[in-house]
Amino acid sequence: MDATPQRAPRPLGLLAELTHRCPLGCPYCSNPLALEGRADELDTTTWARVFREAAALGVLQVHLSGGEPGARRDLTEITKAAHDAGLYTNLITSAVGITSETFGKLSDAGLDHVQISIQDSTPDSADHIAGYKGAYRRKEALAAEVIRHGIPLTVNAVMHRANIDHVGEMVALALELGAKRVEIAHVQYYGWALKNRAQLMPTRAQVERAVQTVEALRAKHHGQIVIDAVVPDYYARFPKACVGGWGRRSLNVTPSGKVLPCHAAESIPGLAFWNVREHSLADIWDNSPAFMAFRGTDWMQEPCRSCPKAKEDFGGCRCQAFALTGDARAADPVCHLSPHHALVGELAEQRMDAEYAYRR
Amino acid sequence: MSIAPDAKPKLPRGVRLTHNEAQGGWVLLAPERVFKADPTAAEIIKRCDGEVTFMQIVDDLVKTYNAPRERISADVAAMLTMLAEKQMMEL
Repeated sequence: MDATPQRAPRPLGLLAELTHRCPLGCPYCSNPLALEGRADELDTTTWARVFREAAALGVLQVHLSGGEPGARRDLTEITKAAHDAGLYTNLITSAVGITSETFGKLSDAGLDHVQISIQDSTPDSADHIAGYKGAYRRKEALAAEVIRHGIPLTVNAVMHRANIDHVGEMVALALELGAKRVEIAHVQYYGWALKNRAQLMPTRAQVERAVQTVEALRAKHHGQIVIDAVVPDYYARFPKACVGGWGRRSLNVTPSGKVLPCHAAESIPGLAFWNVREHSLADIWDNSPAFMAFRGTDWMQEPCRSCPKAKEDFGGCRCQAFALTGDARAADPVCHLSPHHALVGELAEQRMDAEYAYRR
Repeated sequence: MSIAPDAKPKLPRGVRLTHNEAQGGWVLLAPERVFKADPTAAEIIKRCDGEVTFMQIVDDLVKTYNAPRERISADVAAMLTMLAEKQMMEL
């Protein structure tokens, strides 16, 4: 008999939410309803320790995110600490709050890659969606700075009803900005975004047109820009392998040091999250109840348990399963095999043209 | 694709070779991509610093491994070409 306990897989990526503070007010913000305040944020030294522990645990890439990471005055020191730990550093930013002077320092600190979000292809609409006048121009300016430093740039475009018809223009904008990669993401309805679901939900016809546009552009720009795109959850037949499987490939550290298997995990009641202030990252990854809760496939119920795709999509998203069915162990209702699948279609039909509830 | 003897291969900005014990060795990292490098690949990539020529890299590896020159040259060229196609190497 093999007495060695089965070792958990090693994570590859760490999402470091450096702060929840953000100048933008995006209605699709997927951060939780209750944000962590500045006073509770981890200091530079603690982040440096977390990065060293992450590298020892197997993490290769760190995504410096938020909120807006540029709101941290010690962003350069944090970036350097991640670089010194041997991690590949990716800055995920709205571009607001990162001046060319700051960016020069980040580049010197060893920044490897930058991802800038864009809200739409024209300044007025983009600024309206972000709830911040002048945001679009700042994104153009930072993108130019990234390219000037020779650092690879990814543009992230979050799609919803107001901008999905401009997907072609947004890819064109990404090319103009010099990006080598563009992510066509769709709003994920967790946290704040759930408040705005009816205002943000695209129609099925819009989604189908966007999918065709993206396919045509992929062929047209092959070799120039990589277009990563997925079908939005509410119009899919199969669920996404959320975070590549719970506690399997990545982990997320909140501004105050709580370690989550995914950034929406706190929306599931009853999960106990350990904090880097009290435990090492390896201890949390291997032993914390929140990571053990849905790791592997033992927790599954039908139709997931006997499904041939159980180890491909891991039952989809636990947060979505809870949000829509009230049971975090249920199949993600995006799956056509879920007994709750019809609900997803009904929710997608609930659209309302009203002002966004901005995140303030 | 053949590689010019005086080409000076170099990792582009945003692509980095790193050693990680927990992941079992050398990995080449790029935006949203991880490429596990076996020890031979790592020995080649480590020498691509933008200073040394393709010819010198081959010479060095021939000495280190005491292996036939044609084979080393072909292996290095294949490896560098593959990486260049993925935009993970500048030639």
